[in-house]
Amino acid sequence: MSAERPLRQEDALRADRLVDTPAQIASARPAVAAGWDESADLGRAPATIPELADTPVPDELRVELEAIMAKYPDRHSAVLPALHAAQRVHGWCSPEAIAQVAAVMRVTPAYLSSITTFYDMLNTEPQGTRYVYVCTSVACNLVGAQAVFEALHEAGAGLDDVHVREFECLGACDMAPMASVDGRYIGPLDTSDAPEVIAAVRESRVALPGRGLEALDQRPPDASGTGQPRGESPAAERAASPESTPADEERGDA
Amino acid sequence: MPEMRLLTEGIDTPGLETIEVYEREGGYKALRKALFEMEPEQVLEELEGSGLRGRGGAGFSMGKKASFLPTGEMDKFLCCNADESEPGTFKDRLLMQKNPHRLIEGIAIAAVAAGINRAFIYIRGEYVLQADVLDAAVAEAYESGYLGKRILDTGHSVELVVHRGAGAYICGEESALLDSLEGKRGNPRLKPPFPANQGLFQGPTLINNVETLCNVPLVIERGADWFKSLGSGKSTGTKVVSVSGNVQRPGNYEVELGTPAREIVYGLAGGPPEGRRVKCWFPGGSSAPVLLEEDLDLPYDFEHMAEAGSMLGSGAIIVVDDSVPIVSVALRLAEFYRHESCGKCVPCREGTNWTVKMLERVDTGDATPMDIEITAQVQTNIIGNCLCVLGDSMAMPVGSMVEKFRDEFEQHIEAARNRADRVGVEAGVAAEPHDAAA
Repeated sequence: MSAERPLRQEDALRADRLVDTPAQIASARPAVAAGWDESADLGRAPATIPELADTPVPDELRVELEAIMAKYPDRHSAVLPALHAAQRVHGWCSPEAIAQVAAVMRVTPAYLSSITTFYDMLNTEPQGTRYVYVCTSVACNLVGAQAVFEALHEAGAGLDDVHVREFECLGACDMAPMASVDGRYIGPLDTSDAPEVIAAVRESRVALPGRGLEALDQRPPDASGTGQPRGESPAAERAASPESTPADEERGDA
Repeated sequence: MPEMRLLTEGIDTPGLETIEVYEREGGYKALRKALFEMEPEQVLEELEGSGLRGRGGAGFSMGKKASFLPTGEMDKFLCCNADESEPGTFKDRLLMQKNPHRLIEGIAIAAVAAGINRAFIYIRGEYVLQADVLDAAVAEAYESGYLGKRILDTGHSVELVVHRGAGAYICGEESALLDSLEGKRGNPRLKPPFPANQGLFQGPTLINNVETLCNVPLVIERGADWFKSLGSGKSTGTKVVSVSGNVQRPGNYEVELGTPAREIVYGLAGGPPEGRRVKCWFPGGSSAPVLLEEDLDLPYDFEHMAEAGSMLGSGAIIVVDDSVPIVSVALRLAEFYRHESCGKCVPCREGTNWTVKMLERVDTGDATPMDIEITAQVQTNIIGNCLCVLGDSMAMPVGSMVEKFRDEFEQHIEAARNRADRVGVEAGVAAEPHDAAA
């Protein structure tokens, strides 16, 4: 084939072809971690555990980290909650945040960055402090999650403080397609909900009140849009016998 | 057949997440029974006798697992696996959010029975609301003396910590969960030694799923014989089934094991949307090989799902209707496992990546029918060759889709190729490689 043909990703083994293509950046699902092909500077001495005396740590954060460490038999166990706490303060796991956690926990910064690069919820780059995770996993995808993500991504484009990204299964396929807004689950979503969700996040309002997981009964309202909540709790009768309650039969026949 | 509600009975009772309401509904009775009326060995016997099997995916006998722990004075641990990340599964979310004290009671009973004094709930970081509910419930249980040192003035101590993960599917694998809980990257460990001998902090560790532990108070309160009378064959008790995908009423339904799958998909969840048919369904989360419409008549239990070449897994049914191209399901699935592979074992790390690339080529029409063959081969080379089953979890469903929908894969390539040609000509886009060959 002639040289004009654009290289397809599969053809190319060159490193520069493997970093994110514009399409991948747009989909917020990077194929490989940024900087993966940068070699380490072996001439540099390894970073040691920062001294607490030389590292300014906000008092609140230090107290919180110490309280977390006290809960576990081994202080290393506190790494995830500690990095979560630092991320809440700094917005992401910045070198500064890592140095502070390292100083309090007495571990090396390298140890902590090995953790931050592994877990999805720990940001290795500056991100908005508010997040919208849109589930685009198998079950959500069957009912149009990709379109919802694209609508939300578009609505949130250009906002520094809001981080809209695709996320793997969030465990709420009963309200699919759904998203997690700062940890609060909302759904089922439609593409037309996107502007409202983003506006609510920017104005620090509760997004789509009444459509969050906390408002759900055991089962979400009917997808048909009748708004009839299903799954009322049956009478407190012990279900030791397989006899059905009237509520059960109603659901079974519907 | 209707639902049979044991775990989800009265789960929408307002305030059930508080200790007052839970105690009023008869909560913590089983813990008192286990502490004051039974010896720890009896509790273990009862659990083993009930035939209660793990609800997290493997389906191993819970009582047997607990009895593997060495006896004697030493640091032993219990980890409740609440890292519910399997696509399609959301039963533990419901149980933890609505009825956290039942889980705490189950943990306390299991801990007392196996002589464990430190317990952890490893909950996925995305479950913010549920973790908050659990935190509050654990604090209440400490205050009421159900947790802590010398619980209910007996000689047993149970410390319980709710540990939040940070978004990694692999941490639902038991040994990766232990590594993550120890503050490392969540990489699976080589087994043996099994966690029952050498687990968390090198101590003997019992790891159970949320739903399994929620069943424990029921077994203790009403006895193993009662529990054994429910379900079918070696699948005793009930199962909370999460139904999702192309169904009219997705949600959690609790049924007796052995209920025909058709009752669950059509009767309870309402079946696929009007005018659509079931194309295939995952009986146990996205890791289970797909089954076809005619398999819906099978009883939904561990044995029958295994016989049909699939598995009950975590008990999550994902229904795919006939409007969805199977290639897109396979591709989305493979992308999930590529993203979640921890990268420790080569067959999984490379295999998931290769599978995604192959399926992308099928999707764009760049593949040849021989590539389908290679895709199937890659899957067989992943299965059983890694430390954990994450790679298998992709290989099994993708392999089953290639096997059962081979014609559709071939038609998909053909259709995409024709479309690609037309688009390429019309838009003046550089031709794709198969044109070069032509």
